[in-house]
Amino acid sequence: MLGKTAGGLFWMFRYLERSENNARLIDAGFRIALTRSANSSTEWKSVLTTSGSLADYDARHSGYRSDKVIDFLLRETDNPSSVISIMKAARDNARLVRTALTREVWEATNESWITLKELLASPVPDQDLPDVLSVIRKQSALVRGATHGTMLRNDVFDFARLGTFLERADNTARILDVKYYLLLPSIAKIGSSLDNFQWETILRSVSAHRAYRWLNGSEVSSSKISEFLILHHQMPRSLAFCAGKIAQNLGNIQEEYAVEHPSCEVANALFERLKNATIDEIFEEGLHEFIEKFLADNTALSTQIQTDYRFSE
Amino acid sequence: MIDGENSVRGPYDDYHKWFEAEELTRIARKAEQSEAFFRRTGITFNVYGEDAADERLIPFDVVPRIMSAREWRKLSRGIEQRVSALNAFLHDIYHRQEILRAGRVPMSLVANNDAFLTQMVGVDPPGGIYTHIVGTDIVRTGPDEFFVLEDNARTPSGVSYMLENRETMLQMFPELFSKIPVQQVSNYPVNLRRSLAACAPPMCEGKPVIAVLTPGIHNSAYFEHSFLADEMGVELVEGHDLRVVDGRIAMRTTQGYKAIDVLYRRVDDEYLDPVNFNPDSMLGVPGIMDVYRAGGITIANAPGTGIADDKALYSYMPEIVEFYTGEKPLLQNVETFRCSDEEHLKYVLDNLAELVVKEVHGSGGYGMLVGPAASKKEVEDFRTKLLAQPSNYIAQPTLALSTVPIFTEKGLAPRHVDLRPFVLVSPDCIEITPGGLTRVAMTEGSLVVNSSQGGGTKDTWVLEE
Repeated sequence: MLGKTAGGLFWMFRYLERSENNARLIDAGFRIALTRSANSSTEWKSVLTTSGSLADYDARHSGYRSDKVIDFLLRETDNPSSVISIMKAARDNARLVRTALTREVWEATNESWITLKELLASPVPDQDLPDVLSVIRKQSALVRGATHGTMLRNDVFDFARLGTFLERADNTARILDVKYYLLLPSIAKIGSSLDNFQWETILRSVSAHRAYRWLNGSEVSSSKISEFLILHHQMPRSLAFCAGKIAQNLGNIQEEYAVEHPSCEVANALFERLKNATIDEIFEEGLHEFIEKFLADNTALSTQIQTDYRFSE
Repeated sequence: MIDGENSVRGPYDDYHKWFEAEELTRIARKAEQSEAFFRRTGITFNVYGEDAADERLIPFDVVPRIMSAREWRKLSRGIEQRVSALNAFLHDIYHRQEILRAGRVPMSLVANNDAFLTQMVGVDPPGGIYTHIVGTDIVRTGPDEFFVLEDNARTPSGVSYMLENRETMLQMFPELFSKIPVQQVSNYPVNLRRSLAACAPPMCEGKPVIAVLTPGIHNSAYFEHSFLADEMGVELVEGHDLRVVDGRIAMRTTQGYKAIDVLYRRVDDEYLDPVNFNPDSMLGVPGIMDVYRAGGITIANAPGTGIADDKALYSYMPEIVEFYTGEKPLLQNVETFRCSDEEHLKYVLDNLAELVVKEVHGSGGYGMLVGPAASKKEVEDFRTKLLAQPSNYIAQPTLALSTVPIFTEKGLAPRHVDLRPFVLVSPDCIEITPGGLTRVAMTEGSLVVNSSQGGGTKDTWVLEE
């Protein structure tokens, strides 16, 4: 496979994952804006921070009014993190690697782009927002379904999955990073348990409020939520789960090529560390420091993969 | 479909019966579906000079153009003759130049031509083939009367539309294909791959590695480049994926550099090698010409074939065919006036409103004058351009092009068409896919079929014997 193609697949799936994650963040922010309008400005600011576009937003707009932020995150073509820009980037990469994709995956991606372009051609009124966000998630599910149902399980698939899980881990870690102060045990001590809406926001932004209840019933505590999002091996958006998948996909490539690269070792080390950690240790080390370190490691791993497999010269 | 006496022409018999029994609304619905199908599949093209994000669909007409096996046989024999002559001509002008010495083609036409590459003089392309892929543009003026408009020996495009048009027809009207025996076109990618592999260079070891070279996703024909690579099961590369490694052209893969044997390039000569040609090119591979000359790679089509597309040279095609094949040309050339010639120029200036005037090196329907369709002012403006640089132009009479029906809201309506059959040339054989790309001037009365100028396409059927 061409190095460029591996890179195109990696980025195509990173962008697809990112557009879905951003749709979820908007969803969570929107809920708060509806139910707790007093807090909405703070919440939108943290959504912008999580999506990595606060600076871009501040450069162009003032204040964090719902409609402005939503439009910025969904439709602004000048904003490289808007859903429309991300989907364009995903689709451009898909065109670049079209020969590596099955017809189904290409068509699902192209159709997603066409659908979203039409849907986001004009500002989305509040009453239509839930529908629009649900379409974004559905389109994303469509591409994922086509990928799982039709792609050979070879290096093409592995590079695509690496993109997905590196992006997902990054996203979950960012959510934790922005909200870490809510999860500090000291807050829990002061006010017994977390404020209902705050933890709902966190869980909703990873589509896991149901899954959390399945596992923990009604027990809501900072350490349970942190453990769920960082260490739980069955939670498909937890850091440990993503790290496991990354190590596995890199292992597959290493086996297929019969050549060892540093990235595989780095990924294994990262996974081992998460597998053996406990939430108490993490709190002791400092949740914030832990997440910062994870984000840095994740970025370094992404760079290493791009070097090892010659995405570019 | 309908001849002068208002009866249905032979090859259209079965289709016409089917059509008469169909509801127009059903066909209209299918026509709409076809557009959605093309858009979803991403069969689009970018228009130069417009927003890069703007991808357009080429209009597709649901009524097939149908030819009998007999018509096709005659046509394909003529094309084969012409393509062999072209290859022999290219070999000759880059070697002994017999045809120039014999005075059959003027020396000046080659010597002063930018498309003639001195870098190719004395070079023997692997397998002796210059034009691996040709797309000859043909028009029909009456029963069994075919004219060649252009030879397109450089980098003919459109074959993906031929294949996707058929695929679309099969999806929309499967019942037609069980009723009417139509010759297949779907073997083209397999044949292309085999044909390219048959021209592997001397340094090739084992099974030839083939790749398609594209200028990138912003090129107007990118869809076709990725489509062909995909259908052949080969890599689609850009210049920055390639470099010279140990005297070979190699592509950067996830497992290191890997040598390529045959490069089907969709990048023009000028941009192919910044060391040997245009130094500003970002699309090519520095040093590829040196590797080529040393037998390290096959470039298809060979560099320097563009001279065969020169419209002034075109006027000598009857002589060229006769000179190399010893036979009379089976296909006619359109009468061509070379404006570099004083007498010709005088005739052209006197009859400008009746003629089609083209730039010698132009393509894509740009920079041409269609006299009968132009306003007085357009004709006069063109006259000024023509007088400023006569040798840059040729002129041809407008032909009484035959029409074929297209589907409109009001039923069938006649439109002018041309046909581009696709020819594959390898050392063992010349293969022509039965059919080709039919381009339609979608506007009533128009003669311009180029997609860049609003032309459409339709499926082309050659019936079984």
